[in-house]
Amino acid sequence: MRTLLFLLQKEFRQIFRDPSILRLIFIMPVIQLVMLPFAADYEIKNIQLAVTDNDHSAYSRLLVSKITASGYFKLSALPGTEKQALKVIEKDQADMVLFIPAGFEKNLVKEGEAPLMISTNAINGVKGGLGNSYLQQIIREFNQDIRAEWIQLPRFNPEVQLETTVSNWYNPHMNYKLFMVPGILVLLLTMVGANLTAINIVREKEIGTIEQINVTPVRKVHFILGKLIPFWILGILVFTLGLLIARVLYGITPVGSPLTIYVFAAVYLLAVLGLGLLISTYAHTQQQAMLISFFLMMIFILMGGLYTSIDSMPEWAKMITRFNPVTYFIEVIRMVVLKGSGLAEIRGHLVVISIFALILNAWAVLNYHKRS
Amino acid sequence: MREKVIIAEKLTKRFGDFTAVDAISFDVNKGEIFGFLGANGAGKTTAMRMLSGLSLPTSGNATVAGFDVYRENEKIKRNIGYMSQKFSLYEDLTVRENIRFYAGIYGKSSSFIRDKTTAVLQRLHLTGEADKLVKSLPLGWKQKLAFSVAIFHEPRLVFLDEPTGGVDPVTRREFWQLIYEAAAEGITVFVTTHYMDEAEYCDRVSIMVDGRIDALDSPSVLKQQFGARSMDDVFLKLARKAQRTAD
Repeated sequence: MRTLLFLLQKEFRQIFRDPSILRLIFIMPVIQLVMLPFAADYEIKNIQLAVTDNDHSAYSRLLVSKITASGYFKLSALPGTEKQALKVIEKDQADMVLFIPAGFEKNLVKEGEAPLMISTNAINGVKGGLGNSYLQQIIREFNQDIRAEWIQLPRFNPEVQLETTVSNWYNPHMNYKLFMVPGILVLLLTMVGANLTAINIVREKEIGTIEQINVTPVRKVHFILGKLIPFWILGILVFTLGLLIARVLYGITPVGSPLTIYVFAAVYLLAVLGLGLLISTYAHTQQQAMLISFFLMMIFILMGGLYTSIDSMPEWAKMITRFNPVTYFIEVIRMVVLKGSGLAEIRGHLVVISIFALILNAWAVLNYHKRS
Repeated sequence: MREKVIIAEKLTKRFGDFTAVDAISFDVNKGEIFGFLGANGAGKTTAMRMLSGLSLPTSGNATVAGFDVYRENEKIKRNIGYMSQKFSLYEDLTVRENIRFYAGIYGKSSSFIRDKTTAVLQRLHLTGEADKLVKSLPLGWKQKLAFSVAIFHEPRLVFLDEPTGGVDPVTRREFWQLIYEAAAEGITVFVTTHYMDEAEYCDRVSIMVDGRIDALDSPSVLKQQFGARSMDDVFLKLARKAQRTAD
């Protein structure tokens, strides 16, 4: 027990003496939480739209002005012909082109239907796909406006109209920051926790001080606790700082109890620190440790349900996400922050993450040898 | 018969098909300064790591401070000090903090640490530097401090792996003064070195060539045996036989 106190004292002295660690721990979360939620925006805005209007009629102008008034599109060019329009896309001056053929208005009035064509640059798939659906929605609305205009007596509307009203539960305004910010906070905690521990121990390997420790009677468990406890405390501090930023900057206050989040975060941190420890037992240099943790982080982040929905992944990928600790915390933090879930609802997640913590730490302790 | 602090019998370490230490047998007496010589790559550090419980032997037997290297390696660690080739103090801790940390993890009491720290700082003339970070000290001072830290918990035996590498002659002389003082207090010293003048300071010397001990006796007997004027000559005569290429 006394040995552990000496180890902790030494660790804290080193941490508070190293400005780069403090910078990493406190400035990185602040910058990321301030910057990322604005940049990692699911709404697509400022789509560059080129319009080739071969009709030049009142209706075609009305359509174009309705599109630009939506706020999603910016009219970037008015190419005269189809060929010029494709050039505009090639030069990357437009993301989409809308062709309004000659006789658009005439056909619309006389035949009751008129074709339009949309060409999309799909190099950025997300932008292309969303742009298409926005544009189609606007055209559909345009369609209904005309209909409403023509049919004076809606009672005799010859076509059945279905209208859907959407109500978004737990996030009524579909404010994406409400689900992005807590998720980013989880990623931050994961990176800070795993990286700091791994790098710290591997650094002792490189300098040679770990050999000096190994030649003393210090027990493995004490040595590992001496590393886990300080970084656990730092992790909780970073997390608290993140929650404060979420509150002050984005006005996000958890619907559920913050205590529920902290209970889960405490166990989650143990799992993440265990992962860092495990990496450190395999890596011999800081570069190796960085590469391993970078590789794992990429998978954790992209398969954690923050940027892409896990429900739409293929079955084998869903299996992988079950082995990703990040998945569980992102689910939990969203449940608590948005829906107000309590400990009873997150019990299953808590059990799984405890098993993660247990396995990762046990594996690390077994794999750490004082004697080679 | 004098008490033996180290007894090694056919101690061997293989890494794959490479035999780093090849069945070495030797004894070290209590209170002795035992020089462990050999060219780079001869297997000195590996042998020392086996004896200090850092590396598991492939075969052979050894006891250190009366404890078996296979089963009682953690007990060995209570009774030895170790100063590795790599600098082993924390550069971002002060002199005093390093002493306190290492003494603490050996389980020394606070009053023992306090009193002995004062004595050690005075002995090393580091009282004024006690609260400076170790990284700000010159190499020679760091080495002397590392040695004092390695024997701070009063072990029965201290392993020194090239403790004076890269240090100027005056500091080396001062370092050896510290070694003599430790030996006088009854601490057995097991030291590797590349400096043959230092070999002359040892009570007995062993010379390792290609993982085996080729010669072992006091410096004066060795010189006689090889018809050499200095330990330098003895070493060169033996080391030239080496088949292994030094790293």
